[in-house]
Amino acid sequence: MAQATVLETPDVTLDGLLATPAGRQLLSCIQCGTCAGTCPYGDFMRYTPRRLIGMLREGFIEEVLSTDDLLTCVTCYDCWAKCPRGLRLTDVLLPAVKEQVLLRLPEVPAELQSALANTMRYGNPMGESPRKRAAWVESAGVPVPILRDLGRPVDVLWIVECYAAYYPRGQDNARATARILHALGVDFAILGNEEKCAGECARLVGEKGLFDTLREQNLATYAKYEFGSLLTCDPHAFDAFAFVYPALGLAQPVDHTTPFVASRLDALRPRLTKDLGYKITYHDSCVLGRHNHMHDEPRRLLEAIPGVSLVEMTHNRDNTICCGGGGGGMWLDTFYKAKGYPRLSDRRVEEALATGADVLAVSCPYEVPRFEDSLKVLGGDDRMVVRDVMELVAEALAD
Amino acid sequence: MKILVLMKMVPDIVEELEVAADGRSLDQEYLRFIVNERDEYALEQALLLKDRLQATVVVVAPEAPEVDDVLFTARAKGADRLIKVVGLPAGAGARVTATALAATLPGVDGVLPADLVLSGCQSIDDLDGFVAPLLAAALGLPYLGLVSRVAVDAEGGKALLSKEYAGGVMGRFELSLPALVGIQGCEKPPRYVPVAKVRAAIAAGGIEEVAAAGGAGVAPLEIAAMAKPEAAGHAEMLEGSARDVAEKVADILAARGLL
Repeated sequence: MAQATVLETPDVTLDGLLATPAGRQLLSCIQCGTCAGTCPYGDFMRYTPRRLIGMLREGFIEEVLSTDDLLTCVTCYDCWAKCPRGLRLTDVLLPAVKEQVLLRLPEVPAELQSALANTMRYGNPMGESPRKRAAWVESAGVPVPILRDLGRPVDVLWIVECYAAYYPRGQDNARATARILHALGVDFAILGNEEKCAGECARLVGEKGLFDTLREQNLATYAKYEFGSLLTCDPHAFDAFAFVYPALGLAQPVDHTTPFVASRLDALRPRLTKDLGYKITYHDSCVLGRHNHMHDEPRRLLEAIPGVSLVEMTHNRDNTICCGGGGGGMWLDTFYKAKGYPRLSDRRVEEALATGADVLAVSCPYEVPRFEDSLKVLGGDDRMVVRDVMELVAEALAD
Repeated sequence: MKILVLMKMVPDIVEELEVAADGRSLDQEYLRFIVNERDEYALEQALLLKDRLQATVVVVAPEAPEVDDVLFTARAKGADRLIKVVGLPAGAGARVTATALAATLPGVDGVLPADLVLSGCQSIDDLDGFVAPLLAAALGLPYLGLVSRVAVDAEGGKALLSKEYAGGVMGRFELSLPALVGIQGCEKPPRYVPVAKVRAAIAAGGIEEVAAAGGAGVAPLEIAAMAKPEAAGHAEMLEGSARDVAEKVADILAARGLL
């Protein structure tokens, strides 16, 4: 008869963290509390990064790990950006702590559980069939080659990612992006049904096992093909491909669609002929903006559109406000609401409405549904719309 | 105390099901299998009882695509022993499955007698839930199905069961152990287990394979034909803006006396 084995669960302990450079760096925390002060949910979190590090150093981290408090973190990179010591808070400390939280939680919030289980099984959090991942291509209006069918190397492998592939408003983004890539003459292809979630938000919410599984599957898929670079419209996937996958086998560089298209503005400009006449306010996303500092590229693109004027919100560039979707936040709205937290996307849309702009422009697929929802809730949907930068550029594109 | 949980895989309807060329079976090309949802509740109930009664949980499942993942996930959640029954013909039907399991389980070291056997009482390929009661009869165990809550009075040797009826009526039963209970629901939804724990379970291995002792003497279910339902009527598509459509819906409901 087989013997039951003891399953090891790794510990977030001082020793464990001291074994890594980023972990050792945490010892230099000066306990200033800037992280807690800048956190969008800072006054709701019992265990802010400052407290976490303090407790880790003093040896009573278990108290933190046995609560669901860390699910409040939406991995907005604000603490990471503002820390005077430059500690790897959002990308290293918080996912490691959340991994331990998930292992101990007696009950994972239902929406999050479903998103994670679906991602594991179907490669997308919606639980849609993988075979429908390229269904949007039919209505793209331009050829969108599937790499497996193409049978040759391509310059650019475009990873469409889950929300752009399956969610109707995300598909608008995908179609717009396809039109722009076609107009620029980019040699690209997509993986279609072979594509699976990059897994970055799973990693950021503490599901490292899920991230590792997806990463292994994805790298095995990419290894079948020859391509010059990766391209994605999802900033979280961009982060995964830029910062985490390379150490584990990804050789090709990665671009996000907004800076990719912005760098080809000279070629695109003559084709941007339609006068849109919009007053646009651009929302810097946490990942593309604050984490990767790509603030100028989307603005240059938008300013190149005829008739567009830009107006800035109070919090912009590195000081942008999170939409609340990162680090699992996309699937924790009901959890936050039950705790009485305000919705971060409402806060952001209030600022957007205050600018008097017609359009709230974004560069992350999570932001479209979150901000559209907030617009409705705040009653601002009669005077403002949400559009991805790609949608606006495509709208200005000559036919 | 020993709890036996019976789990099985069923076609995953996230994929569109297609009829194979033979007109009598499902097309296998894109078919995926998923654990029967009710069996997940059965496992959850078993694990809750394990915590409360210091019981051991033995999971038994017939071989099917992706069943290993389900078994390892059960291990990661806390199941103590994993048994896979190989050689059961696919699509054999409830009677053959129940008879084969009843013939197989007594021969597996340390499985029977179990104090409590839990199994999902329905599945998408067994809507009437025959396997559980047929198995109970074959094993000589008392059976109650469509149970939504199980408590155990270990000293008194009985299970205290809640069963839902129509109209919001709840029945409470006492069933002497050993018994087989058909699970419809559980006091909590099936727990989440981080993938890292499942991967650790997969790395550790430990699924015991046992050969089915056969459902001899029971004629297997013969499927004469399988077809997708034909649309008999039509759906009326309501066009227009959200406001227009909402008004039309309200008119229709009012016209049918529903508003």
